[in-house]
Amino acid sequence: MAKITYLHPNGTATVVDVQAPNTVMRGAKLNNIDGIEAQCGGSAQCGTCHVYVDEQSTVPLPSMDSVEDDVLYGTACPRRENSRLSCQLPVTEELDGLVVHLPEAQS
Amino acid sequence: MAARGVVVIGAGQGGLDTVAALRAKGYGGPVTLVGEEPVAPYQRPPLSKGFLTGATRHDELTLRTESFFSAQDITLVCGDRAERVEPDVQRVRLASGGTLRYDKLVLATGSRPRTLPVPGMDLSGVLTLRTLADAEALRGLLSGPPRQVVVLGAGFVGLETAATVRGLGHDVTVVEAQRRVLARALTPQLSEWLAGRHRSQGVRLLLGAEVTALHGTPAGEVAGVQLLDGRRLPADLVIVGVGALPETRLATEAGLLVGDGVIVDQWLRTDDRSVYAIGDCARFPSARQGRHIRLESVQNASDQARCVAAAICGESVPYTAVPWFWSEQYALRLQMAGLTAGHDETVTVGDPDGARFSVLCFRAGRLTGAESVGRPADHAIARRLLSSGTGPSPAEARAPGFDLKSFVTRPSSPAPAHA
Ligand SMILES: Cc1cc2nc3c(=O)[nH]c(=O)nc-3n(C[C@H](O)[C@H](O)[C@H](O)COP(=O)(O)OP(=O)(O)OC[C@H]3O[C@@H](n4cnc5c(N)ncnc54)[C@H](O)[C@@H]3O)c2cc1C
Ligand code: FES
Repeated sequence: MAKITYLHPNGTATVVDVQAPNTVMRGAKLNNIDGIEAQCGGSAQCGTCHVYVDEQSTVPLPSMDSVEDDVLYGTACPRRENSRLSCQLPVTEELDGLVVHLPEAQS
Repeated sequence: MAARGVVVIGAGQGGLDTVAALRAKGYGGPVTLVGEEPVAPYQRPPLSKGFLTGATRHDELTLRTESFFSAQDITLVCGDRAERVEPDVQRVRLASGGTLRYDKLVLATGSRPRTLPVPGMDLSGVLTLRTLADAEALRGLLSGPPRQVVVLGAGFVGLETAATVRGLGHDVTVVEAQRRVLARALTPQLSEWLAGRHRSQGVRLLLGAEVTALHGTPAGEVAGVQLLDGRRLPADLVIVGVGALPETRLATEAGLLVGDGVIVDQWLRTDDRSVYAIGDCARFPSARQGRHIRLESVQNASDQARCVAAAICGESVPYTAVPWFWSEQYALRLQMAGLTAGHDETVTVGDPDGARFSVLCFRAGRLTGAESVGRPADHAIARRLLSSGTGPSPAEARAPGFDLKSFVTRPSSPAPAHA
């Protein structure tokens, strides 16, 4: 289980506990957090589960594979160095304390 | 305004996204979502993919938890069918006998599998694949020893199912009336390439073949598929994937304009100003195509849901989203952006032999669509280019070393933290 903080564009934060084997994307869905569409349901096809990982975060994340890197070319909000697809971030104990910023739009 | 609120008929992808978007936009009136299926809204795409193999569990299909509906004050009515819409009194009659009044009604009734007008369709062992219940039944039949499976129809559902079933070790034949697979959806180039991949996986593809009957055993179980040319294919399981028909009965009976889909305007309104229609069941005007079209995709249902929710909240904007679609067959990732119908020129970029390429489609020199295999960046960038109306010319795309990535700049700075 990991405590994950989702920061909304308006500055409010939602902090939830997410269990394995869910992803950061699924954690948002299960906890009714708006701002992640996930049209493809987590198959790294749609780019509508885009998040910005907080710059201060020291939480170790799995490295990005080439599919994720490619899908991030199509996000609705500009891609940044700290952009990730939240469906490609499986929750483990290591992710405890992760903070992600939700973009203004996903599609 | 009287607080009768919004009633949404059809608790699938479009229906669920409509009610979620209404609340996200701050709609304060009553919201009711009515669905005929006995389960909470779920995703259909895995039904022909990971769900059949067991890679995707039932709970992973569910779009939202029960707590979502209570927390958002949305009344979810599962396992009940809307029997009749009475537009003159703005009321819906349910099969259970209940009634619902509405200020605005959204029809999100989806589509249902088409069947073939041939004898034997009611034999046991003849299945269609649309709902979770269909997929569970099919999964059960596929869990035993190898079967002789015949798939009727080489559309997306048919081909995905063929690929999955083949992957489970069954013998698979696909019968298609058209001369190529996915004839309506894909360019001839991609059709041909994909057909080759299915054949190399050991799937028999019979193209231009017409089914005239299904044969059964005396016990009423399917035993074979009869073709017009006289061939008879042995089969102990037949999966019918010959397309879908829009679910329009309610609209027709309510006197709304219908013609292969509920006809809506660019704001997704029917000819009754209180009634909208979205998703698989709706036929809407496409500015890009210059005609009314009907699409069956998650993107279309989901984006139209948000468009309708905005309209109901008084923020009407015409529906103009770029259509896109994905499919998974074997380990192949297929992605389609825009619409390729009506193109007059194509340019293939990448490496078809290595299963990494895109077919870019142009009409009068402008990019209108892209079909990608194993090239997610091409797809992602094509969607952005199509939405902004820009993109390469065919000549540029043909230049050696061309890469769509040159049309986007990769950022170097992290996103500023939100204030
Ligand atoms: C096997 C399969 C695989 C697919 N794969 C993909 C894919 O990979 N990518 C993709 O983009 N799309 C895919 N699709 C298509 C996608 O799932 C649909 O386009 C999408 O679900 C359409 O959403 P919708 O809301 O219009 O309809 P649906 O999701 O079908 O929902 C309609 C709901 O309305 C209910 N209903 C109908 N009439 C009534 C009534 N009178 N009263 C109450 N309820 C009613 C139905 O029971 C149904 O639950 C696939 C579809 C199938 C079947
Ligand atoms: S949910 Fe579609 S890419 Fe993550």
